[in-house]
Amino acid sequence: MAEIPASALAMIDAFGPHLSQKTRGGTTDVVDRLVKTHCCFCGQQCGIQLKVKGNEVVGFEPWEEFPFNRGMLCPKGVKRYLQGSHPDRLLTALRRDPSARGGFAPMPYEAGIELAAREIARLQKAHGAGAVGVLGGASLTTEKTYLLGKFARVCLKTPFIDYNGRLCMVSAGAGNKKAFGVDRTTSPWADMIGAEVIWIAGSNVAECSPITTNYIWQAREHGAKIIVQDPRITPIARTVDLYLPVKPGRDAALFAGVLHVMIENDWIDHAFIDAHTSGFEQVDAYCREWTPARTADVTGVPERSIRAAAELWGTAKSSFLFHARGIEHHSNGVQNVLGAINLVLASGRIGKPKSGYGTIVGQANGQGGREHGQKCDQLPGMRDISNPEHRKYIASVWGVAESDIPGPGVDAYEMFRKIDRGEIKGLISICFNPKVSLPDSEFVTRALEKLEFYVAIDFFLNDTAQHADLVLPGSLQEEDEGTVTQVEGRVIKINRAVDCPGEARRDWVIIQDLARALGRPDGFTFEDPRAIFEELRVASKGGIADYSAITYEKIDDNFGVFWPCPSSDPETGEPTPDHIGTPRLFLPGSYNPIAKGAGPFYFPDGRARFNVAEFRTPVDDASEDYPLYLTTGRVVSQFLSGTQTRRIGPLVAQYPEPRIELHPRLAKKLGIDDGDWATCETKRGAITLRAMVVTTIRPDTIFIPYHWAGPKSPNRITVAAQDPISKIPQYKVCGCRLTKADRAPEHATDREPQQ
Amino acid sequence: MPVPAHLEFFVDPGRCIGCQACVQACSECDTHHGESMIHLEYVDRAQSVQTVPVVCMHCEQPTCAEVCPADAIKRTGDGVVQSARKPRCIACGNCVMACPFGVPELFTERQIMMKCDMCYDRTSAGKRPMCATVCPSQALFFGTREEIAALRPQSAPTNQFRFGDQTITTRVKVLVPRQPSPAPLVDVTAAMDTPARSRGVRLPVLSERRPAAERIADDPFAEVEV
Repeated sequence: MAEIPASALAMIDAFGPHLSQKTRGGTTDVVDRLVKTHCCFCGQQCGIQLKVKGNEVVGFEPWEEFPFNRGMLCPKGVKRYLQGSHPDRLLTALRRDPSARGGFAPMPYEAGIELAAREIARLQKAHGAGAVGVLGGASLTTEKTYLLGKFARVCLKTPFIDYNGRLCMVSAGAGNKKAFGVDRTTSPWADMIGAEVIWIAGSNVAECSPITTNYIWQAREHGAKIIVQDPRITPIARTVDLYLPVKPGRDAALFAGVLHVMIENDWIDHAFIDAHTSGFEQVDAYCREWTPARTADVTGVPERSIRAAAELWGTAKSSFLFHARGIEHHSNGVQNVLGAINLVLASGRIGKPKSGYGTIVGQANGQGGREHGQKCDQLPGMRDISNPEHRKYIASVWGVAESDIPGPGVDAYEMFRKIDRGEIKGLISICFNPKVSLPDSEFVTRALEKLEFYVAIDFFLNDTAQHADLVLPGSLQEEDEGTVTQVEGRVIKINRAVDCPGEARRDWVIIQDLARALGRPDGFTFEDPRAIFEELRVASKGGIADYSAITYEKIDDNFGVFWPCPSSDPETGEPTPDHIGTPRLFLPGSYNPIAKGAGPFYFPDGRARFNVAEFRTPVDDASEDYPLYLTTGRVVSQFLSGTQTRRIGPLVAQYPEPRIELHPRLAKKLGIDDGDWATCETKRGAITLRAMVVTTIRPDTIFIPYHWAGPKSPNRITVAAQDPISKIPQYKVCGCRLTKADRAPEHATDREPQQ
Repeated sequence: MPVPAHLEFFVDPGRCIGCQACVQACSECDTHHGESMIHLEYVDRAQSVQTVPVVCMHCEQPTCAEVCPADAIKRTGDGVVQSARKPRCIACGNCVMACPFGVPELFTERQIMMKCDMCYDRTSAGKRPMCATVCPSQALFFGTREEIAALRPQSAPTNQFRFGDQTITTRVKVLVPRQPSPAPLVDVTAAMDTPARSRGVRLPVLSERRPAAERIADDPFAEVEV
């Protein structure tokens, strides 16, 4: 029984989101120290110095030596420090109590741990180990994600653990593994400068990964042509050489059509295809049917632009291709990614100077968080939980019997279906706010209400945690140390600036306290994150994501270390403690533990795989009753479900509330003016927000940013369709209709913009 | 300490992505009391995502200082036009009305004009201005002429601007494309239809490559396409 214990407005009154102050401290303040660390938000992981006075972060100073961003920051990075010393910060454990203010009453931390252990034990005793599930997140340090995966498998013995990267990077990961056998961006960003062409597919770089902008602009200064594929003219698209206004959900078709023209004109690298790939014939056969005329018809991109893209891409000598959620957030997401990879493989421009490929990860630890075992089917080092050898190795590291490690679980959305069916009755969540971030979130809410016991770990009471029976006060990023792996595959170090306030605890301490209270402390007695990292190094050894020769000191000395960084030469077995890491993947002659010298790609024959990347019409596509495409995404001043950024005053001021973007042609037809209240309706429900009439979006498409909760959350009406391979939800398209609202919604008067 | 003469401030509106990192960072300076001295505006959001960041251009002959009845605005020897001096400023707003770039702002509660002073507290201490340090597109750049020449081969810096009969020379430079650049994309339908339609956005920036007479011959607001 986990309906929220008080009215939504009473909970907001007690727990926010309220706004931070505008600034804190000042640039001439004498501070105690500057702590070199990284931003807590996106996968760019910009270096930043936090100004610390006493036990408070009072400001920031650019960290100009860190090579990736050299002092550059986006507005979120600039104002991130204001999440500390916040009035909404949880300083004690909270127990659900409808009679208390906001529905939660404080309780001592230790009593909270005991309550959680008692309830988890009760549920597991009555219904089996799998009656309890764990949800993690990709903003956690790699140490925490490793510990959480181990906790689920070893302490709870449940197969049911998954994480919010399921909403984020999994289509790219699955596509990369199918094509290359390894899941990582191929090259450091600096390699972009000097490339002839850069293709950006479905990535609002300027708003979602702003620091990448300067690399792209710099590449352009040195002659690069830029191609952007997006239904909206985002700021990066405004001045590009070729803009492909693709209809939402048609990316695989576009890639097939472009490859068709490349093959037709023989703009492909036969020597590379013959020597280093397999499967081209099947792809060639599939692309034959994607003539420019048919591709234009399906994708909404004119034939001349399809041909221009093929010529630019096909005839270049060096190139980068990046994609992000725009092509990945689809029920056809893996196919879209494979379509992009086919263009790269056909060009032969991978594992070469000034040529690369990658996904631009969305979360702080989008890369590291998907490598070390909080995914439902994975063990540390990017190992496979179904592979007997992998299980045996990890069992030996963990000191358990191989048979005691559970098998694969299910993806995060499927976990909610299991909760709905009563199969999972208890839930532990950290760093995940599914009530705002999962699609068709009314279903998620109904599932949350069925949980018998739900314990959430967080530093603010997020929207999902409002349903909890118990909330344990966790740590902000700046209150702990550990590693994350950023967009380039560079393992970097987060450093502690301040201590947790009140009774808040570092997240890994909470996990270990739960293990102790459950009576199974073995393997959960680490003294500090460094000790966890030391075990992780061993656990990753020999895996694809091999961290075994990475140390905290090596990271500090080298501004990060790119994995794989093995502690012994995979070829000769000689110890390699001074291994400097692997900035570039797939270089000619490179050795990896799968190919064993047969070739640069991570398959036994060393060859990359072409995969037929089939176009499929999106689930719940536009139709007669729902004639428009609804697509969702980010704005630059907010991050994910807004748990942090909707509490930072200056970021809220920058873009206070979600608006529905629509083209003037559509607006005229619907009689909607800029600023009017408009209602967007899908098969799941309706949402009323203000309209924003702009020429920068396709006239058949509307866009709503997803960072807001409750009545302002577009995920209440998005579709819960998922990719069959990656299980990523199809956030980027569903059929909808739009009408002018006859009056303002209630939220216009009873809530502040961020609430 | 003066701001070193070899270090210059360059603005490239063509690079701006409107993220407001500069605005947010500027407000962190404690002399600004939480206010930003940078103006970052959409040219016309209904029509385009184009934004333009405006810092103080630090004019050789600052109009703001010339019209100040209280002599509160000073240009120091390093070419930086300082913010209004508190004891002198009478908050009349003359400078706000007169500045051709729209830079000074009147803060009526504090009874003072405040404006960008090229981060004097940082630049005079050997650091870069906060806005140019954080700017993720480097639309705002602070460095040497040699650095900008190496980094921006496609653009030429200019520091002369014409407003009616007034020609203004500034310490801050604006980067102008050397070659006519393709008109920016402002309407998705232009990329959907055949043939392509697009519309240029024009800014009143003087190019160094053409003589002044030619520049203003037909349309004073049409010298350079950005």
